[in-house]
Amino acid sequence: MLITCPYCGPRDVIEFTYQGDGNRERPQPASQDLDAWNAYVYDRLNPAGDHNEIWQHSGGCRAHLRVVRNTITHEILSTAFARGGHKTESRS
Amino acid sequence: MAEYSAFSLLKNALTGNKDWKPAWRKPDPKASYDVIVIGGGGHGLSTAYYLAKEHGITNVAVLEKGWLGSGNVGRNTTAVRSNYLLPQNTRFYEHSMKLWENLSHDLNYNVMFSQRGCLNLAHTPAQLDDYARRGNAMRHLGVDAELMSVDRIKRLVPALDVSGSARFPVLGGLMQPRAGTARHDAVAWGYARGADRRGVDIIENCEVTGFLRDGDRITGVSTTRGEIRAKKVALAVAGSTGRVMQLAGISHMPIESHVLQAFVSESLKPVVDTVLTFGMGHFYISQSDKGGLVFGGDLDGYNSYAQRGSLPIVDEVMSEMVALFPGLARVRMLRSWGGLCDMTMDGSPIIAAGPLPGMYLNCGWCYGGFKATPASGWCFAYTIAKDEPHEFNAPFTLDRFYRGLVIDDKGQGATPRLH
Repeated sequence: MLITCPYCGPRDVIEFTYQGDGNRERPQPASQDLDAWNAYVYDRLNPAGDHNEIWQHSGGCRAHLRVVRNTITHEILSTAFARGGHKTESRS
Repeated sequence: MAEYSAFSLLKNALTGNKDWKPAWRKPDPKASYDVIVIGGGGHGLSTAYYLAKEHGITNVAVLEKGWLGSGNVGRNTTAVRSNYLLPQNTRFYEHSMKLWENLSHDLNYNVMFSQRGCLNLAHTPAQLDDYARRGNAMRHLGVDAELMSVDRIKRLVPALDVSGSARFPVLGGLMQPRAGTARHDAVAWGYARGADRRGVDIIENCEVTGFLRDGDRITGVSTTRGEIRAKKVALAVAGSTGRVMQLAGISHMPIESHVLQAFVSESLKPVVDTVLTFGMGHFYISQSDKGGLVFGGDLDGYNSYAQRGSLPIVDEVMSEMVALFPGLARVRMLRSWGGLCDMTMDGSPIIAAGPLPGMYLNCGWCYGGFKATPASGWCFAYTIAKDEPHEFNAPFTLDRFYRGLVIDDKGQGATPRLH
């Protein structure tokens, strides 16, 4: 599996660290909404198909990336910096 | 007379082996059942078997998307053990171990359960202390465990590199002598035949495509072979739980699906006479009765429904094997494959009624589902029949995460790929 890092270009998956489901929303630190915290910590969308997820290029530029990847075919559909900005389309 | 016995073998041998009955029928689905079990793997089949045997509920259908046992029950590395730290897990898996010990007799089907022991290797003094603690916790609950010195390990597994110059020297290990392996296909087939003979309909090539509902209540399923109604619908689809729950309109679960690879080598003469695990990585190995080394390692590490893995893990697993057994470096691999694991947020399974009325859930087996097969079905059948959990599965609820009652044997927290 190749992931195209917006800085570094296409790199082998072993350079990246998986950080899981990118759909989760972390409540504000002062939030006392237990349901929101429970959902953030424990609930996963876990789709069979396109999955919005966070990876870190830990063996490269160390940027956090937002990757859309198909969980049935392992095809990478897009990668972008997790905080927005530059985005690359990829069919690797 | 038992269906399979020395006498029946002889009789059928003399009559040309023409009179054997198929191990299970191929019925068409009826319009309705008392219970539908979705998933014709080990857990679904054992659930149907114990529903019929222990609770007299025989108007049951097991629906299988593919052929019987095509999922994880045929994709695991066949290890059976009950060497857990936390009492909830220990009690449950020890119940499973006791069922394993009599399973071939109970099913009248040889599941080739071989109690060759399971040895966890320790490579640091702290790890050995940790194993002593776990061994004591096990013995406290009546489970067998013993710490092994390097000398004894060397005698037990002569091919293992126990020299001080190994990359991770072996300092000792924790042995569970009653652990072992079983033939996984036979487990599926034995449970299938046992359930079938008691009247359960096993319906293959029947994929569930949706749920029939009356308000919130689940009243049946729609399938590729038509609609089937049931008072109770039980899911035993670990690996695909997310997919099936989404058909019921439940989009979020405390589960991620991951792919786990396994490998088998060419046949060798006996070289590993136990189930051995490496303590400085994630690696486990045993030897099948045919002589192939059966082994595996870590998850690939990202969400997947693909039933196939990628090469970095192959590389890692092989390097771990060679670190332990330098003499096996030139052994050739025969096959590798992948299976889907329901990874929960605490590494423990879910066996409970709900979350919708009329629905029962058995999932979240991480990569420990095979050894649980008997107790999983036994407890799930109890829960379905009585609408309340047995004390062995009472801790394994779906809402334990929200209630602060997680059962995290490894202490990894809510990062499923690390369990």
